Amino acid sequence: MEIILNNRQESFDREKITISEILQIKNYTFKMLVIKVNSKLIKKDAYDIFEINEGDNVIVLHLVSGG
Amino acid sequence: MTFEEIKTKLKNYTIGIAGAGGLGSNCAVALARVGIGKIIISDFDIVYESNLNRQYFFKDQIGLRKVDALKENIKRINPEINVIDNNIKLNENNIVEIYKDCDIIVEAFDLAEMKKMLIETCLSELPEIPVIIGSGMAGWGKNNAIKFRQNENLYICGDEKSEIADNNPPLAPRVGIVANMQANTVLEILLSKK
Repeated sequence: MEIILNNRQESFDREKITISEILQIKNYTFKMLVIKVNSKLIKKDAYDIFEINEGDNVIVLHLVSGG
Repeated sequence: MTFEEIKTKLKNYTIGIAGAGGLGSNCAVALARVGIGKIIISDFDIVYESNLNRQYFFKDQIGLRKVDALKENIKRINPEINVIDNNIKLNENNIVEIYKDCDIIVEAFDLAEMKKMLIETCLSELPEIPVIIGSGMAGWGKNNAIKFRQNENLYICGDEKSEIADNNPPLAPRVGIVANMQANTVLEILLSKK
């Protein structure tokens, strides 16, 4: 399947994938993330169950302390 | 647009700034200089000597509440700016109450968990209001790493990487760059409005 991840085309070798699986595959190990799928905010407690489908637009924003 | 036209236009808008530290104080001052109509600032902290390496406060303001000191500094630059100050710790509930009538919200916290809380609150409760966040600005140098991206109503300024640490402190130059990028984004959004 192909999705858009942070404005870039990404391919995964399966038909459905959860947010947690994407984070694992892409090695996003950061704690403070904000994730949007097709404009919708997805909260952390849904990462294990929320499924990403072909063509979905996923934004992963990593927040770091400082300001 | 001439500066007179810009000032006349900016006078009509309200900007909410969440936090009055390195990002918030510098962003507020930049917006005050160009003549934003109204600035709503919130912070619960006082000015410490350790803040002076990057925050827009002065030595004789140590011990003052940050919102009071920032209001005073804004007024000294441009007394026409309407400044609403809240000496309060922001949370999921009061953010909506305080910032719901803003044209744009600038995220200016230091802690990542507070940044996340504000973004999630705004995306779910105030989805129509653009939010400009600062993420990743600790340390020095690496000019080219600092960038900008937009996703719908979310605008992201910073390198999205450099986290504060004892040997990688936040310092005036890089924090100022990101704070001014946030202010610059405010102008980009407002001045393109019809």
